[in-house]
Amino acid sequence: MSQTSRHTNEQDDFIIQVRGLDNSFDGHVVHQNLSLDVKRGEILGIVGGSGTGKSVLLRSIVGLREPQAGDLSVFGQRLKDLTEDERQAIEQRWGILFQDGALFSALSVAENVQVAFREHLSMKPSLMDELAGLKIRLVGLDEGACSKYPSELSGGMRKRAGLARALALDPEIVFLDEPTAGLDPIGAHAFDMLIKDLQRALGLTVFMVTHDLDTLSTVCDRIAVLADKQVILVGTMDDMLQSTHPWVREYFHGPRARAARSSG
Amino acid sequence: MDGEALSFHVIDENGTFQVDFAGEWTVRHVQSVDDRLKTIHSQRVAGREAVLSLGEVSRLDTAGAWMIERTASQLEALGFTVRRAGVSPVQQALLDAIEHTGTSIEMHPNEGPWYIAVLERMGATVRQIGNNILEQLAFFGLVITTLGRAIRRPSRLRVVPLVHHMEKAGLDALPIVALMTFLIGAVIAQQGAVQLQKLGAEVYTVNLVAIVFLREVGLLLTAIIVAGRSGSAFTAEIGSMKMREEVDAMRTLGLDPIEMLVVPRVLALVITLPLLTFIGDIVGLIGGGVAVWTMLDTTPDAYLVQLREASGFWTFGVGLLKAPFMALVIAMIGCRAGLNVSGSAESVGRQTTSSVVQSIFMVIVLDAAFAIFFTGVGI
Repeated sequence: MSQTSRHTNEQDDFIIQVRGLDNSFDGHVVHQNLSLDVKRGEILGIVGGSGTGKSVLLRSIVGLREPQAGDLSVFGQRLKDLTEDERQAIEQRWGILFQDGALFSALSVAENVQVAFREHLSMKPSLMDELAGLKIRLVGLDEGACSKYPSELSGGMRKRAGLARALALDPEIVFLDEPTAGLDPIGAHAFDMLIKDLQRALGLTVFMVTHDLDTLSTVCDRIAVLADKQVILVGTMDDMLQSTHPWVREYFHGPRARAARSSG
Repeated sequence: MDGEALSFHVIDENGTFQVDFAGEWTVRHVQSVDDRLKTIHSQRVAGREAVLSLGEVSRLDTAGAWMIERTASQLEALGFTVRRAGVSPVQQALLDAIEHTGTSIEMHPNEGPWYIAVLERMGATVRQIGNNILEQLAFFGLVITTLGRAIRRPSRLRVVPLVHHMEKAGLDALPIVALMTFLIGAVIAQQGAVQLQKLGAEVYTVNLVAIVFLREVGLLLTAIIVAGRSGSAFTAEIGSMKMREEVDAMRTLGLDPIEMLVVPRVLALVITLPLLTFIGDIVGLIGGGVAVWTMLDTTPDAYLVQLREASGFWTFGVGLLKAPFMALVIAMIGCRAGLNVSGSAESVGRQTTSSVVQSIFMVIVLDAAFAIFFTGVGI
């Protein structure tokens, strides 16, 4: 699913590589010697019980948290070795959707999307408006939303607007933190489909933390399970169902999981 | 940024009208061709086919795809039938996704001339001020009736929160109130003494300090400190509770937020502000005394004698009488601003600012009104 026209030299490799990651908070160990690979162009879902450090893993990869130890490579470059400028260049190649959108409350939706244009590119206002409008329509918001402020939007709209902002610079990787949490089933399903469609059209790699079994079964190419301070299992939905690990069994064979499977 | 990264070339010959796109059509580069792309046109259009050739495009992202789709609609609007050529499957998926999103949005709807906008905002502000005054009065009434109910049935008075707020708004404010009044007292005495010495009337420095401090400055200073300190705290506390829906939760549990949150704070301030003012007055007089002793070679005894002569009961009473009213205004404004918080954390900040500004303003307006009143009744 990778876009041949965009990247020719990094084909078929792992776009994100995590090696020997250690994370702890005041002696409480969250990750110990954790390793994970994300393939280019896939949608990877991260699952795990509360407190297993799903969000901590995401925050470590994007540099919001300094891990105690470990190597993180994105686009084949070790993040530790980068200079400030190189790091900025990499940051422009990924986009992040925070749990509640994390839109800047003093800016309208369109201005939120334009922040990256303003900051990193020299672009005229007319073109910025056109492209911001495009991204906003791309995530399925209608025209009226452009001039609205985050406080005037519903939770689902805030998430869509947050996704539009994450996509502003056409990133190659998108990180999603619980994209469907707090949405109603219809809204959640629509958001799942949106992610899938965008991933196909734009050739994105998607790294998502989620609890939503429907999302896992309908959009994720692979699933990684976090437990016991490590990634204990990576694979497709079928692999998950065949696993004998007690937590994985309970998660994927519980009543909610059965309901999700029979409907999906 | 490299201007040569992308290019397009228009071929307009007998049979064909073709636009060749080449290079990196990405968000980083599209600005350089934006204006020129919009000017593509042709003399002869009728029934011709326009070919958009992407064969030479090395990279394409949504911004580039948008430019190409925009050019396509532009040519269609001129009357061409548009065909895309040399499109790879991946590019096709991207172009389809862009096409589905439809056309551009008018971002900045015409708002009319600027002076209309200015007038509109002025009008809105005036209306808002009017509404604000009305709402504040309504809130005042609401609190007074709740307070009246609480006094009729003292069991409904919440003693623990009352004492808690008295400690936070009163006792904890003591050091800063004492320090400020001491310094201002000393400064007034020192400045007054310098001026009065020129007339040989330096003895009257004591009168100056006594009148100015007891009647006005002691109270004003204390009230302004309390407005900045406690008024804002009331707004922030109640505001963040409102934001987290705690206030709504109270209502659904049959608890009256006015009785639970507002009444204890109002009472606490009405009780403590006069006490703080009293202490502020005393410390201010001590500050003035220190300045007088060091500058004018008088003894503490002489200062006290002069002080007793200069001020009567009402000099002191006028200042203290105003304090509960100031407290009422500060607490009411602070609490109402807190209850006005809506949704966002940003709104807490805005309401806190407005509560401090409003209460300091009202303290001074009230002080002026009292000055007129006391002159009228001759005290």
